[in-house]
Amino acid sequence: MLSMVSPMGRFRCPGCGYVYDEAQGDDHEGYPPGFAFTQLPADFVCPDCSVRYKEDFLQDDPA
Amino acid sequence: MHQYTLTSADGQVESYTDHKRFWWMLSLVNPLIPLLGVGGHLISANELWLVVPLLLMFVLGPLFDWLFGEDENNPPEVLVPQLEEDRYYRILTYLTVPLHYITFLCVAVWVGTQSLSWWGFLTLTVAVGFADGFAINTGHELGHKRTKIETWLAKIVLAVPAYGHFWIEHNRGHHRDVATPQDPASSRMGESIYKFARREIPGAFHRAWMIEHERLCRKGVPVWSLHNEVLQSYLITIVLQVGLIAAFGWIMLPFLLLHNFFSWWVLTSANYIEHYGLLRATQADGKFERCQPHHSWNANHKYSNLLLFHLQRHSDHHANPTRRYQSLRHFEDLPSLPSGYYGMYIIAYFPSLWFKMLDPRLLALPHINGDLSKINIDPEAKQHIYAKYG
Ligand SMILES: [Zn+2]
Repeated sequence: MLSMVSPMGRFRCPGCGYVYDEAQGDDHEGYPPGFAFTQLPADFVCPDCSVRYKEDFLQDDPA
Repeated sequence: MHQYTLTSADGQVESYTDHKRFWWMLSLVNPLIPLLGVGGHLISANELWLVVPLLLMFVLGPLFDWLFGEDENNPPEVLVPQLEEDRYYRILTYLTVPLHYITFLCVAVWVGTQSLSWWGFLTLTVAVGFADGFAINTGHELGHKRTKIETWLAKIVLAVPAYGHFWIEHNRGHHRDVATPQDPASSRMGESIYKFARREIPGAFHRAWMIEHERLCRKGVPVWSLHNEVLQSYLITIVLQVGLIAAFGWIMLPFLLLHNFFSWWVLTSANYIEHYGLLRATQADGKFERCQPHHSWNANHKYSNLLLFHLQRHSDHHANPTRRYQSLRHFEDLPSLPSGYYGMYIIAYFPSLWFKMLDPRLLALPHINGDLSKINIDPEAKQHIYAKYG
């Protein structure tokens, strides 16, 4: 079976290293697999450190 | 002594020895302090022993801080990953969890089986309340970590002081809102600890519940279920405390109520002094600026820091909440307290003394420099503070 290249991105907290992986979502936080980063609430804060806001997150290089 | 070393690509060798390594074991003594009173009473049959634990905490604590002084050592940043991986430090935090249970249960049995005088009962109960308040400190260190075992141990140890919501309230609420008027766990200039407690205790519970409620709704699971991480810890508390009432009868009611209250009071005291008056500026987009090191008060006192897992290096903790206690750093020119927490608690319990000592210190901070608009002020005290310092 051919594996599809995931178009989904990974977004990293610059403070603590937490990664929001769109392909996986975040089960504990209640975001299902495939849930886009842009769809996260505007007041989203890093689930691990809580001191970085959504706009602080950096997208990992897909390569 | 254990030495960490790293050789960089250009052949430079960096090394670090934690001179506090052995002394961190003091954190294992802290939960056991009330047992000294019980043991002394058991052997000598003299109830005066029950007063000893409180004296140890609040006389010896400030005295030792004064005697042993401050410690400004920091590990080199390149060796922090090694230091964080060293399991020794982690094991100490794990071990304090059963120690809090042992002390709590031993004291409960002692209160339940001996006919103590009213003052013996009171001093021992307050002492174990304070000791289990420091269970919240253990829960704090563990609750910030990402491993399953550590978050579970946090919930388990927080069940002793009946404060299971702390973990969520602190990580997701307090850290997000710290040093802003909307944070119930950041005290305001002109607010006494007694006024603060009435805002902090219910405010913390409410915020934790709202955060957990929101998360469970997103997940689509019932709030009143075992998925609820606040209820998980409460459940252990209920088993523990109802069990004690069943075993020893009515005497456990005042014991548990006082114990729980004084445990909460320890946290209230810590929250009161950690961010007093400090305020994050509002950005152009209406959000608060990110939490900076100058948004927390610090104490570098050796003795109390060893008992409290470096909690008093609070600025680095708020800037980097997932950093482990052994790697927290001291920084120059940050808001600093004249004594460790034990001494500061006592000062906080006398509001006029607190205001007299802390208000000038707050105003003199370099980023405030007498500007009252850069301070988190109690609205009800505003007029009086502007008249005095404006
Ligand atoms: Zn983070």
